Formats: sequence, structure tokens, C-alpha cells
Amino acid sequence: MHNFTPFAALIGGILIGLSASAMLLLEGRIAGISGICAGVLNPAKGDTSWRVSFVAGLLVGGVMLRIILPSAFDFGIIRPYPMLILAGLLVGLGTRMGNGCTSGHGVCGIGRLSPRSMVATMTFIASGVITVYVVNHLMGAAR
Amino acid sequence: MKTTTASFLCGIVFALGLGIAGMTQPSKVIGFLDIAGAWDLSLALVMVGAIGVYFLAFRLAGKMRAPMLAPRFSIPKRNDLDGQLILGATIFGAGWGLGGFCPGPAITSLASGAPPVAIFVASMAAGIYLYSIVFNAPRVRDAAPAALTADA
Repeated sequence: MHNFTPFAALIGGILIGLSASAMLLLEGRIAGISGICAGVLNPAKGDTSWRVSFVAGLLVGGVMLRIILPSAFDFGIIRPYPMLILAGLLVGLGTRMGNGCTSGHGVCGIGRLSPRSMVATMTFIASGVITVYVVNHLMGAAR
Repeated sequence: MKTTTASFLCGIVFALGLGIAGMTQPSKVIGFLDIAGAWDLSLALVMVGAIGVYFLAFRLAGKMRAPMLAPRFSIPKRNDLDGQLILGATIFGAGWGLGGFCPGPAITSLASGAPPVAIFVASMAAGIYLYSIVFNAPRVRDAAPAALTADA
């Protein structure tokens, strides 16, 4: 595990947890990014501005990372375009069908001990592991 | 207005957390999912840190009558498991492993200006629209009673 970065991972995770906690304690809302995006793309009256500002915050945070931690965007692996397009479609479709992604299910859902989120998280990690095995080891994709 | 500002600041902290944690690097994500290769367990620690903090916050929230800036909590209450949850998570996981991005890091990484990220995010938006067209899904909102059906 030569790429193991335990301290950065833990500190980053704590920041993610603090952000999601603030959304809960301040606004009573789940910081589920896929749900927030879906609400931006299909706006409902009176329920859009907080979503747009959260997404704007993500983008501003991204710009700040560019300045203070440019290595955050050393992607390392960039899959070929056809694969990225298919991946994006699956992520968009799957997170809507399953009602959440890594943040909504993986962090907020497990954090409140939701059985649905625990099952969803185990499922998407298992599915991701199988997919990476097929793509990296059976198809020998560029990595 | 206050919730708009709070959401904005939370978005910034969330993005910084993702960047520091390595979630914006597909090599770290794919490394975590690649148990047959050079397995990188870092992302498990991202989850440990984030879930640990959130677990405490959720217990605190349980003692509050209402959130600080809003009249009520909008928390999913469903506990049943259904095929749609499993199938959706399976499809999402396949896309996550294929591309190395999940929604939060993908949006944050738009700031890098890298075209592949923009392509991914555009496809993701298309996937979200596809779902609402094909399944004629109701608009996502977290106000009651829709909160009873949405996890995130």
C-alpha cells in the first residue's frame, strides 16, 4: 500500500463530517450531494437556493484547493472519454434510483445508523470493486 | 438568507475536505476499489473520520427540538430495503469504479478546468435527467412528506 495517506484521509474525512454535521444542526438537512444536484437540475419552488449555494460552495472550495493544495487535482488516472461518459451516466442514474451516493448514504446515512444506507454503501462499494477488477485486470484499461 | 449562506460555507468546507482526503483523485478512489491491485485503504479512513463526526452530530441533533436556522429537521425515515435501492446502488458503484468520481468530488474538480471532469459532470447531469424522464420521478425536495421517501 505505497499510496496509503492515513492522516490526510482522516483530516479530510473529519472536515467532510463537520460540513455534513453543520448542514444537519443548522438547517436540518442531509448533505447528500447527488440529491442536492438533482434538486438543482429539477428545481422545486422554495427548495432550490440552499442547493445552488451548496454547489457554489463546492466550486469555490475547488478554486481554493487549486491555490492551497494543487495536488488535489493530480488525478493520476483519467479514464478514456467513452468510459467517462458511461461512468457519468451510471452515477447520475444510479444515485437517483438508489436515493443517494457516497455522501448521503456513505457518510450521513451510516452516521445515523440507517439500515438502508448501510446496505446501499456495502452494495456500491462491492459493485465498484467488481467494476475496477473487470476494467483494470480483465480489460487491462489504462491506469 | 441565513441558510443560503450556511449552505455555501458548508459547501466550501466539504470541498476542502474532499480535496485533502484525496477523494478528488480518481487514482485514490480506484486504488481503494482495486483490492486485487495496489490496494490503497485511505478512503476507508475518510469514511471513518466523516462518519465518526456525523454520528456524534446526529446524537446531538436528537436532543434538539429544531435545527438552529430552520423550523424542522428533514431526515429520511424509511427503514425498508427494496430492489430499487440495491439496483441503484449497484449502478452507481459501477459508474464510480468506471470513472473514479462520485458526485461531490466531480463537482469540486470542475474547478480544475480539466475537460474530462466537465465531460463526466455533464454525463452525470444527463443520467439524473434520464432517471426523471424514464421513471417519471417526482421532483426532488426534502420538505415533508417527500422526506419520507428520499435518503439524500
